[in-house]
Amino acid sequence: MKDQRDRGNQYFSPRLDQAAPDLFKDNLGSRHRRGSIWKVVFQISTVIGIIALATLILKIFNDTMGYAAIEYKQPPSTLAAGETSLDLMTCDQLWPILAANVSANRLRTIERDTPRESLSQQDCYNLVLYEVAEPKAKQTWSLLASIFNFEEIQAIVDEKYPEGDLEFKVWLNKSFIVSPQSDDPLRAGIKTAILGSLFIIVIVILFSFPIGVAASIYLEEYATQNRFNRIIQTNINNLAGVPSIIYGMLGLAVFVRFLEPITSGTLFGIGDPTTANGRTILSAGLTLSLLILPVVIINGQEAIRAVPNSLRQASYGMGASKWQTVWSHVLPNALPGILTGTILAVSRAFGETAPLVVVGAATFITFSPENIFSKFTSVPIQIYQWTARPQDAFQNIAAAAIIVLLILLLVLNATAVLLRNRYSRRW
Amino acid sequence: MLETNPREFSPTTDENEYLDLKSRPRIHETIIKGFLIFSGVFSILTTIGIVLFLGQEALRFFTDPQVSLVEFFTGTVWQPQIYRFGILPLLSATIMSSLIAMCVAIPLGLCVAIYLSEYASPRFRGIIKPALEILAGIPTVVLGFFALTFMTPLLRSILGNDTVQIYNVFSAGIVMGILILPLISSMTEDALHAVPSSLREGAYGLGATRLEVSTQVVVPAAISGIAAAIILGVSRAIGEAMIVAIAAGAGPNFTINPFEAAETMTGHIVRISGGDISYDSLDYNSLFAIALMLFIFTLILNIISQRIIRRFREEYE
Repeated sequence: MKDQRDRGNQYFSPRLDQAAPDLFKDNLGSRHRRGSIWKVVFQISTVIGIIALATLILKIFNDTMGYAAIEYKQPPSTLAAGETSLDLMTCDQLWPILAANVSANRLRTIERDTPRESLSQQDCYNLVLYEVAEPKAKQTWSLLASIFNFEEIQAIVDEKYPEGDLEFKVWLNKSFIVSPQSDDPLRAGIKTAILGSLFIIVIVILFSFPIGVAASIYLEEYATQNRFNRIIQTNINNLAGVPSIIYGMLGLAVFVRFLEPITSGTLFGIGDPTTANGRTILSAGLTLSLLILPVVIINGQEAIRAVPNSLRQASYGMGASKWQTVWSHVLPNALPGILTGTILAVSRAFGETAPLVVVGAATFITFSPENIFSKFTSVPIQIYQWTARPQDAFQNIAAAAIIVLLILLLVLNATAVLLRNRYSRRW
Repeated sequence: MLETNPREFSPTTDENEYLDLKSRPRIHETIIKGFLIFSGVFSILTTIGIVLFLGQEALRFFTDPQVSLVEFFTGTVWQPQIYRFGILPLLSATIMSSLIAMCVAIPLGLCVAIYLSEYASPRFRGIIKPALEILAGIPTVVLGFFALTFMTPLLRSILGNDTVQIYNVFSAGIVMGILILPLISSMTEDALHAVPSSLREGAYGLGATRLEVSTQVVVPAAISGIAAAIILGVSRAIGEAMIVAIAAGAGPNFTINPFEAAETMTGHIVRISGGDISYDSLDYNSLFAIALMLFIFTLILNIISQRIIRRFREEYE
């Protein structure tokens, strides 16, 4: 019996005439076996996809907090001189420490920039910390390593940084959100970048939403089936597949160089005289607008197409003109879909990095953008620059910035989904 | 007959005595329509802008006496400082990283799509598909960070620090595959889903197993949609910039060893344009030549993919 099964797969075995039912059964077994093997393969592939996503998110969270070996020029414990620890002192207690430890010139500068009366306890503490204690993050560990290998880390710190302290740092904290960019990872924050991103996004919305919706109305409601309109449609589909970096090059050539008088603001006399070139928020916003325009149009078309024809016919039947029909009947019904599509497209613009690097995001700015003619940086640009730095701590603040970026994107996407679920109507 | 508004009715003295229902000219509607048409045409202006400006700067590059067209396409050294402009090192790195990405994304993407479309329950599918689409929506700079700080250390701990350099094409390629996986699986799943279920029922009726139905009936029926997805994935891989800019290395390197650092076309554009670059230098113009090539590659791939999709749609609708 076993012998027969082993040869079961040979279709033209001599036993064919005598034992056909058996042969069929044997074949069935191997087919089912193959079926279940492949089912496992398919399942594993799906699991790998999910694992990739989970690993990515875990890895980033893992980097946002953990132990850090920090060396001080003057440890806070010696500064506090045995009394209460520095972070609990009031501003009045802290100020003498600051005055005693920095040069007279420096103290004058500090007082001029930040008058003492305006400082909160936290501000005073930070001043003393960064002006006097001057912490430097020498080496950092991830959260998992901090939890499971604490002794090892302690040993490394004791050996390599005898002067240093081992502190548990949460890199994503309030001061990270509200501080401007800095050269020191312990002080660096993402405020400049968040503001830059928001400025850019506002321009993107102001520019791509009207033109995108108008184009989709034209293509769906006005355009007749002719060669010209087919070319427009094909062209939009092709533009949607052009790599983002090409749009960056286009923005560099057109907005930054060709239209420099406009995009630098010199034409209106309000440009930033220190930079006076086209590498501004306006250029970046216009570049990203071009990038997402095809996506906005395609999504808008789908939303408009979903409005049933009976609505239009009823409107025409009442004597409405074409535009009246579109404005009062088609658009209100298509709007949730159009908004959802636009928000999704905008969230893509929010995460774009390469075109902004090409258009000329500033490598280092510490001041917030004032108007659309300012130099700019954005959250993804900031992540890119921090990732490129070799020191450990920059990797941690890059991870913290990624969390900020992902949360902002999540909010945008959740809005889009809510809009769709709340207002979309099925016809 | 009402005769209150003579403008709306033809004069009774005239021979044609009927209502004039001709639409009156509406100037504001004409203006609005003009704006709508302009918006529609705007996309064509974008394309013309891309071709014109990229072409113009690229032309300046190619007509420069320091540059020869033959060297550009056959040279194996890209060193703008000494006026050597051979695109092959950049091109080979682009091809290598895309190839690695596709080796990850195609088999995994197809398996995931077949599983979701043919095996999974609608509920499971409803959870997994959006989850994978989240993966597709993650900004590429985040994936670049992931490649450099997770994938590369992982590879180095498996294969040894001597074989794997800190910046290498391999980890960038794998992470790019993770990026493209949802694109392929999502499009393929749509294609598989569009296959009429009568085909499946027929095959089951003949006694086929689920695997046989999936791979010998459904997949062949959806093959054009799958091909379109794969081509679009390749186009995406070639044009992807941030992952390779962060993880694949800075500096053109003509090599076929994926564990070495090498710079792709997109990575080169990002690095050079991110630094201080003076307009109208040969360096600056060369970026446009690279970008033009990139544009042409991806455009061809996109057009092929769209052709295939259009044919596919005609089959089942």
